[in-house]
Amino acid sequence: MTSRIWTYIEQEDGRAHPVSWELLGAALKLSRDLPDSVVECVLLGEHVEPIIDQAFSFGASRVYAIDDAVLRHYRNLPYSAGISNLIQQHQPEIFLVGATTLGRDLASSIATRVSTGLTADCTELAIDPKKILAATRPTFGGNLMATILCKTRRPQMATVRPRVLPTPQPLTEWKRGEVIRAPLGMREDDVAVKLLRFVAGEAEEEIEYADVVVAGGRGVGGAKGFALLRELADALGGVVGASRPAVDAGWITYAHQVGQTGKTIRPKLYIAAGISGAIQHRVGVAGSDFILAINSDPNAPIFHIADFGIVGDLNTVVPELTKQIRAAKAAQKHD
Amino acid sequence: MGRPIHVIVAVKQVPDTSNVRINPETGTLIREGVPAILNPYEAHALELAVQLKNTFGGRITVLTMGPAGATEALRECIEQGADRAILVSDRKFAAADTLATSYVIATAIEAIQRETPADLLLFGKQAIDGDTAQVGPGVATRLNLPLITCACAIESFDLDNRLAIVHRRVERGIEVLQTPLPALFTVEKEIAPISRAPLPNIIHAARYTPEIWSATAPVAFDMAQIGIKGSPTIVGNAHTPPLKKAGPAITAAEMGVERAIAEALTAIDKAGVLTGSKA
Ligand SMILES: Cc1cc2nc3c(=O)[nH]c(=O)nc-3n(C[C@H](O)[C@H](O)[C@H](O)COP(=O)(O)OP(=O)(O)OC[C@H]3O[C@@H](n4cnc5c(N)ncnc54)[C@H](O)[C@@H]3O)c2cc1C
Ligand SMILES: Nc1ncnc2c1ncn2[C@@H]1O[C@H](COP(=O)(O)O)[C@@H](O)[C@H]1O
Repeated sequence: MTSRIWTYIEQEDGRAHPVSWELLGAALKLSRDLPDSVVECVLLGEHVEPIIDQAFSFGASRVYAIDDAVLRHYRNLPYSAGISNLIQQHQPEIFLVGATTLGRDLASSIATRVSTGLTADCTELAIDPKKILAATRPTFGGNLMATILCKTRRPQMATVRPRVLPTPQPLTEWKRGEVIRAPLGMREDDVAVKLLRFVAGEAEEEIEYADVVVAGGRGVGGAKGFALLRELADALGGVVGASRPAVDAGWITYAHQVGQTGKTIRPKLYIAAGISGAIQHRVGVAGSDFILAINSDPNAPIFHIADFGIVGDLNTVVPELTKQIRAAKAAQKHD
Repeated sequence: MGRPIHVIVAVKQVPDTSNVRINPETGTLIREGVPAILNPYEAHALELAVQLKNTFGGRITVLTMGPAGATEALRECIEQGADRAILVSDRKFAAADTLATSYVIATAIEAIQRETPADLLLFGKQAIDGDTAQVGPGVATRLNLPLITCACAIESFDLDNRLAIVHRRVERGIEVLQTPLPALFTVEKEIAPISRAPLPNIIHAARYTPEIWSATAPVAFDMAQIGIKGSPTIVGNAHTPPLKKAGPAITAAEMGVERAIAEALTAIDKAGVLTGSKA
């Protein structure tokens, strides 16, 4: 029998969250280790037609779509009920969801409805020798990685945070697969919770998908110190990140926090200044291509993961770095 | 007018994960001596409950599933203003995953509600030991109640008309949601600031003994849905995360800051991460 690997396409206002394609990419990899398996996507919303093609372009072989005005905005009840019905009907083996605020809310309810196991915030997915999904996640405050299995119930569910998995490229050649359209079976009157309005947050920098992140920690010493990092980030065309203590101290907002309880990032260049490199911070940056650490303590654990380390005072190192980068850029222009 | 409120708060006692240490020689976790605390989010949930009790009059029931030692967390809740504390505790509940946990909590809440129906169920956004954020949504789903996760502010709470307007924090901003009551909220820390426990409460708490419920009395839990049996997920193996191989670290003071940075930039250039020349 065919094993279906499902991924959830998270969309809002007709735009798919990139984590959807990250999951789809991971599912295609899992599929190679799971004999006779297919990778399929689940998509709910209103007017979601364009996203269906996108799913095929990323390699889905089939899309299950529920398109209904009740689904205009995400709400737990209609989304979780709709997807649970699809699961009961089509019996997927694995179901992956993004560990966003929306995805966590949704996945927990679905797992309860269909009475299966759910592993949250996984950092690694694999198929074990017994063809079971091996979902690895941090536990005990990130100090330990645990591999979780769900042997007897289906689907095996897992959530994965944005940027934990590599971003796949859409295929250059793809064909439109089968689209299964299902009714929601619910009316607006059946949904008690109403969205009255949405207050958009201040346009915060998107650190998750930035190519260059310059992050500061407790060693930066204050909001003033972060101005130095901002200059460096601007010179590199990057954004500013932070460790948790810097956020807790109010030097910068939570949207900039990197790590286990902040964001996972995988920039091309990560610069960590005045950050010791605690495990909960490291898990958020492990996917970076190049890590440059600046720390006055030669024994700081951040140097264990850095591709290059400078032992020194960030208050002199960072401005000099900014200066040299600006100079190099200016020289490039003249070439 | 003037109907009193009943709020049930589900709380968890967790190891203070900020105090966890790794044995540098073996790379393993040192579990001994890690203090147990009330999960921080629930302290805020309880404060919200106290605010509502101050407004409407009424009662707060706190509930936890855990080992005997969890009575400490419950006592802390009594200090903060809870009226009744229940510890659901039995060896048979051990090794429960979130599915089994949400079954036990939901079933216990149903039992509490047979005596006094609740207007509001409060949960933490997540427990800091596992960070799963699954138990609240699981309980809401089991009890068929409206669910609002990540609640960060209450705009209005109309007990007579059984309607609340709640702010929910999502990545892009704040959703303002209206929900009928009773409902289940999982809360962010901003929902209510922690205040100091009043002295009379502290004295009361010192003498207070939480009720202890077993797997069979006063509620007969379904043995197939609790503990290991009721938990579809199992922990295969655990390890400490490996470090990747480190590159060189140079000391700015020895080499001079300018040269140290020039070297760093050369290394970044070689790696090709900024020019995209890397394969
Ligand atoms: C459950 C849990 C979740 C967590 N989640 C996160 C998370 O998401 N993100 C996160 O970052 N942390 C998280 N933490 C906290 C984490 O354990 C560490 O406490 C934190 O990362 C340390 O931040 P830091 O490196 O900025 O501060 P510190 O550890 O205090 O390090 C400061 C560093 O700055 C250096 N320094 C000082 N002055 C200078 C100077 N002038 N020039 C250069 N270097 C200097 C010091 O040598 C030191 O290494 C979490 C913890 C727990 C328990
Ligand atoms: N054993 C438990 N007893 C009571 N409440 C719990 C328990 N486990 C989790 N909760 C509640 O569910 C919330 C989310 O927990 P978790 O899903 O483990 O992250 C917690 O903040 C608590 O409010």
